[in-house]
Amino acid sequence: MGEINIVDLSKNFTLTVDGKTQTVQALNRLSFTVRESEVVALIGPSGCGKTTALRIAMGLESASGGKVTVDGREVKGCGHDRGMVFQHAELLPWLTAMQNVMFGLEMKGMRGQPLHETAMQYLDLVGLKDSYHRRPYQLSGGMQQRVGIARALAIDPTVLLMDEPFGALDAQTREDLQEELLKIHARTHKTILFVTHDLDESVLLADRVVVMQHGRLQEIIPVPLPRPRNDLAALRGSQEFAETRYKIWRALHAAGSTVH
Amino acid sequence: MADITERLDEKADTPAADAKRRLPRSAITTLSVALVLLIWEGFGPYINPVFGSYPSAIAMAFWEISRTGKLWAALYESLQPFVVGYFLAIAIGVPLGLIVGRFRTLDAALGIYITAGYAMPLVALVPLLILWLGLGFKVKVAVIFLMSLFPICINTWVGVTAVPKSLIEVGKSFVASNTVILLRIVLPATLPYIMAGIRLAVGRAVVAMVVAEFFTTISGLGAIIINSANNFDTATMFVPIVLLMLMAIGLNSLILLFERRVAPWQAEISGRDKE
Ligand SMILES: Nc1ncnc2c1ncn2[C@@H]1O[C@H](COP(=O)(O)OP(=O)(O)OP(=O)(O)O)[C@@H](O)[C@H]1O
Ligand SMILES: [Mg+2]
Repeated sequence: MGEINIVDLSKNFTLTVDGKTQTVQALNRLSFTVRESEVVALIGPSGCGKTTALRIAMGLESASGGKVTVDGREVKGCGHDRGMVFQHAELLPWLTAMQNVMFGLEMKGMRGQPLHETAMQYLDLVGLKDSYHRRPYQLSGGMQQRVGIARALAIDPTVLLMDEPFGALDAQTREDLQEELLKIHARTHKTILFVTHDLDESVLLADRVVVMQHGRLQEIIPVPLPRPRNDLAALRGSQEFAETRYKIWRALHAAGSTVH
Repeated sequence: MADITERLDEKADTPAADAKRRLPRSAITTLSVALVLLIWEGFGPYINPVFGSYPSAIAMAFWEISRTGKLWAALYESLQPFVVGYFLAIAIGVPLGLIVGRFRTLDAALGIYITAGYAMPLVALVPLLILWLGLGFKVKVAVIFLMSLFPICINTWVGVTAVPKSLIEVGKSFVASNTVILLRIVLPATLPYIMAGIRLAVGRAVVAMVVAEFFTTISGLGAIIINSANNFDTATMFVPIVLLMLMAIGLNSLILLFERRVAPWQAEISGRDKE
């Protein structure tokens, strides 16, 4: 359960600048597969189409060409089988942290006692149990992002799509949540596709790293670190970690890239 | 942790702490009103009492017609169609604005009438309304309703189109139905616009109320205005006018208060600190 197939995916945006219409090619025949229970990191320079790919996989955006299938079914819209963590949290500002988490659960049909308990459990997971009654404007950016993560995790989707989930966090919280994500993955075997700008993070969390460039696939780099990955500190010091990290770095800086 | 939580909450409750050193809003308003009244009182008495009046004369006239109960009876009479018409406008204007803003087809089909309706010269239509509804209560309700409906409806409509797409996508990503998206995402996100429309409508409803009393059966506060004007009793004429303006101010702050209660996040997001 949870295999994602991205097949020949293209996306063009038409936009009007100063009265002139122009076309932006956000994705250009992108293809890769995320196997069942696999964790794949999507990495690439800003504007290369990572968010767009994730949004199409979620069903929030339609493809201009090609398709995304999840477990063989073409994605035509959103579903409870997929959960999305947005790049900018996107909490509902009039709801408390807890109510934001509850929102997704309610949409799945959960009511009453289990609803409150589940929401609380996931807030606790991201370390926000004490702030459950705060509204988004009373939370820091990183805290908001964590509520967004709790909201997506709570509905227990088979596929987790995460757009720079830990980007807004401080180093300590980020490491805590990375560990938490690994634990969740070890326990639930969710399929996870996440976007990151952090080379270390991609190596630590992913089984394979997809490097994108200008809407295309640049390279897929397997991460030879074994699971379960309990001791992240030791992994960081390992030979494989350094080698894989270097491979990704090289792919990012390969011909055509203008980002340093 | 509990300590931090508490202090944060406290800060959220009291308006910006640094505003303390500045003059409070209410003091500035009081000062402004006192100044205007003083100037008015100073110059007013030199004007022919038929052409104008001044605060102390109006206060005397107020005392006169409120003592006899005439003013309060008139107010009561005026308020009945006002309340019915105004709340009917909210009850219909808000849902109408929501669906016209949300659904393309309805926008295309109904939007044009709402835009046109806002500019409708209602006073000119009053005679027609009288033909349909008679001279009594119903026609007054209709005039007040029609005058307040459009600002409420248009504001709601504008508010819906201003809801960030990203919030609607949150709903979509959790497979929320159209109804859920409308009621649990679009409606709360539009609330500040709705409240602004409801506040704008207060003024129009008050005007409509008086217009209706002038042009249908002369009654209520409108009757006091007309009768005292006909008797060249300008001071008394001003009593209902001032009363209505006070009422509008009161209603406005009541709605603002209500808005703070139902949409407390709004003041925080948009920041109530002004220069
Ligand atoms: N709604 C849109 N309309 C027009 N152009 C868009 C739209 N969304 C994205 N784009 C364009 O598509 C390209 C890819 O955008 P996308 O958001 O997928 O990049 P990204 O890889 O997620 O970047 P970042 O790392 O900065 O988040 C960019 O050139 C962007 O300008
Ligand atoms: Mg992005």
